Amino acid sequence: MRIRKRNSGSAATPALLALIIVIMVAITVYVFASNFPWAVRPAPITAVGAEIDHQYDLTLAVTATVFILSQLGLAFAVWKFRDRGQKAHFTRGSNTLEAVWTTATIVLFLGLGLMGHKAWAEVRFTPASPDAIQVEVTGNQFVFNFRYPGPDGKFGRLDPRQISASTGNPLGIDANDAAGKDDIVVPTLTVPVNREINLLIRSQDVIHNFYVRELRIQQDALPGMVIPLHFTPTVIGQYEVVCTQLCGLGHSRMHSYLNVVSDADYDTFLKQQAAGQ
Amino acid sequence: MSSHAHAGGSTVHAPMAEPSGFIRKYIFSVDHKVIGIQYFLLALTAVVVGIVLSLLMRFHLVWPNATLPFVSGGQMSQEQYLALVTMHGTIMVFFVLTTAPQGGFGNYFLPIQIGAPDMAFPRLNMLSFWVTFLAFVCILAAFVVPGGAPISGWTGYTPLSGLGEITGPGEGWGQTMWIVSISLFCLASLLGALNFIATTIDLRAPGMSLMRMPLTVWGWFVTAILGLLAFGVLLAGGILLLLDRSANTSFFIPAGIVVNDQLQTLHSGGSPLLWQHLFWFFGHPEVYIAILPGMGVASHVLSTFARKPVYGYRAMAYAICAIGFLGFMVWGHHMFVSGMSPYSGFAFSVLTMSIGVPSAIKTFNWLGTLWGGQIQFKSPMLFALGFVSLFVSGGLSGLFLAQPAVDNMLHATYYVVAHFHLVMGVAAIFGIFAATYFWFPKMFGRMMNEPLGKIHFWFTFVGAYCIFMPMHFIGIAGGIRRYADASAVGFLAHLQPVHEFMTIAAFITGAAQLLFLFNFFYSLKFGPKASKNPWNATTLEWDTDSPPPIDNFGGHYPSVYRGPYEFSVPGAADDFIPQWVEPSQVARVK
Amino acid sequence: MPGTIVTEEIELIPSDRGPGGGGFSGNGGDGGDGGDSSGATRVPQRAYITGMFIALAGILMFFMAFVSAYIVRKDMPNSAWVPLQVPRILWLNTLLLIASSFTLARAHSRFSAKDDEGFRHWWATTTFLGIFFVAGQILAWRQLAAQGIFLATNPSSSFFYVFTGAHGAHLLGGILALLYVQFRATRKVARGTAIEVVSMYWHFMDGLWVFLFLLLYLGR
Repeated sequence: MRIRKRNSGSAATPALLALIIVIMVAITVYVFASNFPWAVRPAPITAVGAEIDHQYDLTLAVTATVFILSQLGLAFAVWKFRDRGQKAHFTRGSNTLEAVWTTATIVLFLGLGLMGHKAWAEVRFTPASPDAIQVEVTGNQFVFNFRYPGPDGKFGRLDPRQISASTGNPLGIDANDAAGKDDIVVPTLTVPVNREINLLIRSQDVIHNFYVRELRIQQDALPGMVIPLHFTPTVIGQYEVVCTQLCGLGHSRMHSYLNVVSDADYDTFLKQQAAGQ
Repeated sequence: MSSHAHAGGSTVHAPMAEPSGFIRKYIFSVDHKVIGIQYFLLALTAVVVGIVLSLLMRFHLVWPNATLPFVSGGQMSQEQYLALVTMHGTIMVFFVLTTAPQGGFGNYFLPIQIGAPDMAFPRLNMLSFWVTFLAFVCILAAFVVPGGAPISGWTGYTPLSGLGEITGPGEGWGQTMWIVSISLFCLASLLGALNFIATTIDLRAPGMSLMRMPLTVWGWFVTAILGLLAFGVLLAGGILLLLDRSANTSFFIPAGIVVNDQLQTLHSGGSPLLWQHLFWFFGHPEVYIAILPGMGVASHVLSTFARKPVYGYRAMAYAICAIGFLGFMVWGHHMFVSGMSPYSGFAFSVLTMSIGVPSAIKTFNWLGTLWGGQIQFKSPMLFALGFVSLFVSGGLSGLFLAQPAVDNMLHATYYVVAHFHLVMGVAAIFGIFAATYFWFPKMFGRMMNEPLGKIHFWFTFVGAYCIFMPMHFIGIAGGIRRYADASAVGFLAHLQPVHEFMTIAAFITGAAQLLFLFNFFYSLKFGPKASKNPWNATTLEWDTDSPPPIDNFGGHYPSVYRGPYEFSVPGAADDFIPQWVEPSQVARVK
Repeated sequence: MPGTIVTEEIELIPSDRGPGGGGFSGNGGDGGDGGDSSGATRVPQRAYITGMFIALAGILMFFMAFVSAYIVRKDMPNSAWVPLQVPRILWLNTLLLIASSFTLARAHSRFSAKDDEGFRHWWATTTFLGIFFVAGQILAWRQLAAQGIFLATNPSSSFFYVFTGAHGAHLLGGILALLYVQFRATRKVARGTAIEVVSMYWHFMDGLWVFLFLLLYLGR
C-alpha cells in the first residue's frame, strides 16, 4: 500500500522560481514602459508611420496584458500549489472555460489583426498618386544608387551590358536612349518634404532591401522585379538607409541616407545635378 | 511485473533474443531505443557545435577587432561571421531541434508509450538515422571545403545562393555541401516520419485508443505528419537549386543580373520568390516540428509532477492538430516585404493570428494543470515550467510580426531573432532538457544528479532571459540582423552596450551547459540506480525495466485500461493510477 | 471488491470499450504476422499498407512542389518561356504505363484466385511494360537532345526533364520492387501484402504520370 509522500523538498525552489518570473516581468514591463535610449525607435516622419506606431502600441497593450497575466499566473500557481502535503484537486478540465478562452482569444487576436489592415493597405494596396515624385532605387552588392528621371520626367532604358561604375554609369543607362540623357544618378536619396514620393525598388544582382527606420516601412529589392513603395515625409532631416536582406559579405556595409529637404533645397539639388551632367 | 497481473488483456510471447556483437548492438542496430540514443547523441554533438558557433558570433559582435587564435588573418572577417550565422542556424534548426525531440525521444518512447515492441519498420528506422548522420557529416564538411562555409543564412535565399562563388565566399562548394546535406536530411526525415505515423496508427496496444495516448505521442504523431508533407517540398526546392547552380537552369535566377560587374547570361527569367515560397512552405511547418514535441513533453511532465490530470486533455490534443494544420497555411508571413502580393500578405496575416489561438489554449491549459496541484519541483518539472514561461514570452512577440503593418518596421531586425530564439532556441530546448531529465532514468537505469540539475536550470532560465529579452529592444530600436558589425550605421552605435550584456550572458549560460554535460555523462556511469518508476508516473514506459529489455516489455505486451494522466483520482489509494493496471487491481481507499 | 468502500468512482474502470484501434488483437492481411521464431517484432501486415499510403502522401508533396513551381514559372511575365512540343513517343509511353496498371490488376486478381502461374505471368508482363516505359522515356530524352533541347535550354525544357527524370527514377524503384516480388520470397512481409503494397505504388506512379503528361501536354 503506497502512501502519498509528504513533500520532502523545501519551499526555496518554488519561491525562487516565482520570484525570478516576477522580476523578469517587472523588468520587461519597466523597459517597455519607460523610454530607455536603446529600446526606442526614432519618431516617425510620415503619417502612415504614426499609424504603424499606433498599431504597434495596440498590439503591445494586448500582448502585455496576456504576458503579465500568464507569467504572474504561472508564478502564483508555482508558489500557491507547491507540494505541502495537500492532495491535488482532481479535475479533467472545463468545457465552458475552454469555450470562453478560445472565443476570447479568437476575438482578440483576429480583431487586432483586422485593425492593422488600414496601415498596411495604405502603403501596399493603394498605389501612389500619379503626381508623386518617382525615384528609382537600385541595390547592388554593396551600394544603393538613386535615379531621378530628370526634367523630361522619363527614365531612360537600362541595359545591363552597359553597366560600368568606372565610367559613371553604375546602372547601365542605355546610351542610345534620349530619355536617359538627363537622368540623375546619386548615391543618396534627396526628397522634398510634404510631397508624396514613389520609390521604384530594384536590384542588379541579389536580393537587397531598402529600409529607413523613421519611415517605418521597408521593401525587399528583387532582381528581375521593380517594386513600388510610396510615402510622404513630413519632417526635414537626414535619415539613415540600411539594407536588411542578407546580400553577401558587405551586407552590414550597405548604407546610405535619406535627405528630406525643403522645396527650395530640393529644386537647388535638382538644378545642381542637372548642371553637373 | 509478474504476468498474472496482465492476464486480462495482454498476450504473452517468448522474450526476444538480443542481437549479438558490438556492431549489431550499438552501431547498426534496428532497435528503436538504440537508434533514439544515437539521434540524441548526434543532436548533443550538434548543439555543442552550434553553441560554439553562436558564442563566436556574439564575441565578434562586441569585440570585432580582437585577434582570434585559429582564424586565418587573425581577425574574423565579414564572410566568416556570415558563415557562422548560416551554419549556426542550419545546424541548430535541423540537427538539434528536428533531431533530438523527434528522432531522439520520439524514436525511443513512441513505441513504448503505445505498448509496441518497436517501430513498424525497424530497418527503415536504422536507415533514417544513418542518412541523418551522413547529412551531418556533409554540413560539417562545408567548413573545410574550398571557399569555406556558405554565407546565405539558413534560409539560403537566391540569387545569393544560386550563382556560385561569384556572389561571395563560401557560395561555391560550401553552398553545395549545404544543399546536399539538407537534401539528405529531408530524405531521412521523410523515412522517419513514415515510420512514426504507421507505428502510431497500427501498432497501438489493446486499449490504447487515440484519446488515451499520452500527449507526448500526440506531439510526435502530428510532428511526423508535418514532416511527411513538408520535407518533400524542401527536397524538391533543393534539387531545383542544385540544378540552377550546376546545370545552368533558371528556376530561381532572373535574367540580366550583373554580379561583380559580370553580366549573367546563362539564366533566363527565374524567380527568387519561388525559392522563398518553396523554402517557407517547408520552413514554417519546420518550426512547428521543432516545438510540438516539446509541447507534448511539457504537458506530460507538468501533469506528472503536479499530480493532476492534464487540464483539458481533449482540447490539448485538438490544439496540437490545429497548430499542425494551420502551420501549413501561414508561410507567407516570412515574406510580407518580399515583393509577394500584399493581398496574399494580408491573408497570411489573418491565418497567422489564428494560429495564436490554439497556442494560447495550450498555455491556459498548462496553467490549469498546475492550478490546484501538488507540485513537486524536480529538474524535469523545472524545465517544463520554464518551457511555459519561455513559450509565452516568445509566442507573444509573434503577434507583432504576424501583422504586416508592424512587420514593416520589425522585419529583419533583432526583434525577429529574439522571437524565434525564445520559442525555438530556448523553449524547445527546455522541452529537450525536460525530456532528458525525465527519461534519463528509464533510458539508462540511473538517476541524474538532482542538485546539479537544479543549478543547471537556474543558470539556463535566467541566462536565456538575459540574452533574449534585451534583444527585442535592440530590434525595436532598429538593430538589423545578420550584420557582421555595426560600424557603418550611425544609429546602431548606442546599442553596443546591450550587445555586450547579451554576449556576457551568453557566455555564462553557455558555460552552464557544461554542468548538464557533466551531469549527463557522470550519471551514466555513477548515478544511483533507478527503479522502474521513480517519478510514480502513469504511462506505459514506466511499467518496464530501466532500461527496457530489447522488445520493451520482456515478452508480455501491456493492455491499456484508462487514460494517461490519472493522478489524484478520488477514491484511489495512491495518487496515481497507471495505464496498465487492471481495474480490479487498483488499490482504493478503505 | 470485498471489504472496500469506494467513493467517487471516477475512471477507476475504463470507460472506453475494449481494445482500441491498432494493436495485436487480430492481424489484418493473410499469412498471419510473418514473424520468425526468433521473436522478431510482430508488425501487423496492415502496417505495410498504411506505410505505403503514407509514403505516397510524401511523394505526392514532392511532386506537387515541382508542379507548383512549373505553374508559377510558366505564367511569369518576361520569363522567356518557350512552350515545349512534347515528343510524340510520350503518347506511346503513357499507353504502355496505363496498360501496365491493367496487367497489374490482372496479376493481383490471379493471385487472389490462387493461380500462381497466372499471377507470375501477368506480374512479369507488368514489369516488361514498365521497362519499356522507361526505355521510351529515355528515347524521348534522346529525341529532344537531337533537336538541341537540353536541361537548361529553356525553362520549359528544364521542367520537362525534371518531371520525367523524377518520375522515371521513382518508376525504376517500382520496377525493382516488381522484380523483387517476382523472384524473391519476402520474410516479414506476407506475399499478399507485398503484392498489395507494390500495386498501390505502381498505380500511383501511373496516375501521377498521366497527370504530369497532361500538364506538360496542355502547357505546350
